[in-house]
Amino acid sequence: MSGLQQSFKNVMGWVDARLPVTETYEKHLSKYYAPKNFNFWYFFGVLSVVVLVNQLLTGIWLTMSYVPSAEGAFASVEYIMRDVEYGWMLRYMHSTGASAFFLVVYLHMFRGLAYGSYQKPRELIWILGMLIYVALMAEGFFGYLLPWGNMSFWAGQVIVSLAGAIPVVGEALATWVRGDFNISGITLNRFFALHVVLIPLVLIVLVFLHILALHEVGSNNPDGVDIKKNLDEDGKPLDSIPFHPNYTIGHDLPAIVGFLFLFCIVMFYYPDGGGYLIEHPNYEPANPLKTPDLIAPVWYYTPFYSMLRAATFPLFGLDAKFWGLVVMAGAIALPVVLPWLDKSPVKSIRYKGWGSKIFLTVFVVSFFILGYLGVQHPTPMRTLVAQVCTAIYFGYFLLMPWYTSVEKTKPVPERVTMP
Amino acid sequence: MNEESVNTGRRNFLIGATTAVGSAGVVGLAVPFVGSWNPSAKALAAGAPVKVDISKLSVGEILGPIPAWRDKPIFVVKRSDAMLEQLNSMNDRLADPESQREQQPGYAQNGTRSIKPDVLVLVGLCTHLSCSPKFRPAIQPEVFDEEWIGGFFCPCHGSKFDLAGRVYAGVPAPSNLEVPPHFYESDSVIVIGEDEGTA
Repeated sequence: MSGLQQSFKNVMGWVDARLPVTETYEKHLSKYYAPKNFNFWYFFGVLSVVVLVNQLLTGIWLTMSYVPSAEGAFASVEYIMRDVEYGWMLRYMHSTGASAFFLVVYLHMFRGLAYGSYQKPRELIWILGMLIYVALMAEGFFGYLLPWGNMSFWAGQVIVSLAGAIPVVGEALATWVRGDFNISGITLNRFFALHVVLIPLVLIVLVFLHILALHEVGSNNPDGVDIKKNLDEDGKPLDSIPFHPNYTIGHDLPAIVGFLFLFCIVMFYYPDGGGYLIEHPNYEPANPLKTPDLIAPVWYYTPFYSMLRAATFPLFGLDAKFWGLVVMAGAIALPVVLPWLDKSPVKSIRYKGWGSKIFLTVFVVSFFILGYLGVQHPTPMRTLVAQVCTAIYFGYFLLMPWYTSVEKTKPVPERVTMP
Repeated sequence: MNEESVNTGRRNFLIGATTAVGSAGVVGLAVPFVGSWNPSAKALAAGAPVKVDISKLSVGEILGPIPAWRDKPIFVVKRSDAMLEQLNSMNDRLADPESQREQQPGYAQNGTRSIKPDVLVLVGLCTHLSCSPKFRPAIQPEVFDEEWIGGFFCPCHGSKFDLAGRVYAGVPAPSNLEVPPHFYESDSVIVIGEDEGTA
C-alpha cells in the first residue's frame, strides 16, 4: 500500500468514526444489490433525480434575475430572456425541465403499475411516491403563475376559484389563498415563496424518504420475483448486481446521456413545444380583464382537467362545479390506496391474468384520451367521451379488488428471467 | 430509582399535560402564520368601492370590463325597452329565473335583477371557472344558440346568461352572474362595492 493510500485510509477512518460515510456509501451504492434484470422502465427513477437537480439549479439561478411582483414579473422574465447572459438558456432548461419532470414521473409511475412495485412490502415507497407527485403538481401550479403572462393569470384564476366550489367556506378560502379579492401581486408573491422555498424543501425531504424506504426493502423487478429468497453464501442475492458501479455506469449513465440528448433537442429547437410547453397567451402580460379564448392547462395536468370538466350535472343538491372538484381530487388521491386494492398473488403484469392486462391497457388509453380532451374546447360529444374515460380511470382502481382476485395468473418463476 | 418505583399514573399525567400545553402552543403559533394570508390592509383599501359615471352610457350598450372593482371586470348595461320586454319571455330555459340563490343583494332580487329596471350592474366573471363572458346583446340566432334573445356568452366553456345575468339551464356555470352591492349616489353615478347607507 502506497503512502497516499495509507493516508487516505487514515483520513477515512477518522471521518467514519465520527460520520458514517463509508457505511452509507456501501449501503446505498456499492453494496446495494439490485435485481440484475432491470430493463428500459428502470431508467426513470434516476432520470427524475437528474431533472430534480436541473430544476433546483436553474431555479436558483433564475431567482437571481426574477422580480416577484405584479409590476416587475413579466418584464423581468423578458429581461432574463433578452439581457441576462445565458438567461434564455437557464429559463428554457427550467421550463423544459418542468415538462420533462412530469414525463419521467408518469413513466416511472406506469412502471410501478405494470410490475406491481407498490405491492407488499413496498407500500410506503408507493405512498411516498404519490406524495411526491402531488407536491410536484403543486410546485408546477405555483410556478406557472410566476411569469405573470395572461395564461399564468387565468390558469391561476381558474384553479384558485375551484376552492370556491366547496360549500359554505369556499369563497372565504379562495380569498384567503389569494390574499386578495382576485389574483394579484399579493398572490404572485406568496406563490413565489411557495414555489422556490417551501415546496422544494418538501420535495427534497420526500425524495430522500422515498429512496430510503426503497433501499430498506430493495428494488422490485420486471418479474416481480423476490430476489432475497435465493442468496449466495455471503448472504447476497444470487440474482443481483451492485447498484454502483454496475447500474450507475452500465445502465443509468447511457440512459442519462440519451435523455439529455432528447432534452436538448426540445430545449434548443422547440422550447415552447408548439404552445404545449409554454402556451402562446403567456407571451402577453397578465390582464385581469381579458380572458384568453381557451384556457387549457399545460399538458401534464390535462387528464385531470378533463375529469374536472366531465362533471356536468348537479347531484345531492350540490353543484356540478363542486363534483368536478371532488372527481379531480379523488382521481389524484385514489392511487394512494392502490397497494390495498391489488389482491393478486403475483406482482408483475407478466404473470397476471387477462383482467389486469386489459384493465391496465384501457386505463392507459383513457388517460391519454383525457389528456387530449383537456386541451380541446368541450363539445357535448367530447364531454361524453371524457365521462366514459373518467369512469374507466376510476374503474381501473375501484374494480381492481375484483378482477385481480378472479383472474387466472401464471406461475411466477423461482429466479428472474433476463431480457 | 428502580423499575418498581416508577409512578405510571404521574408519568401519564405529565405526558398528557405536556402534550395538551404543547398542542395549544402549536395552535396559538399557527394564528399569525394563517392570519398573514388574509387580505392585507393595503389589499382591503384597494378593494374599496368604485364610482361609475353612466351619464354617457347609451341605451343598449355596455360599460365594461373597465371600470373594475377589486380587479374584477364590472359590466354596466343600459337595457332598451325591447330588451326588457324580451327578458322574461323564456324563463323556462333558465336555471334560476327567480334569482333564489344569493348571487345578488336583496334590492336586486327582482325580475330585472337591478335597482333601476333598465340599468344592470354585474361582476363580469363567469360563475363556472371565472372566465369573462362576452356581451352579445342582439336578438338573433347565434352559433351557440338559435333562439338567442340577447345576453352574455362565455367562450371558455360555453355558459350562457340572459340580459339580467341569469344562467341558462344545462350549461357548466352553476349560478347566475353576481350582482355586486351597489347604489346610486346620483342619477348618473353608481357606487359599486357597498350597499346604500353602510359607509
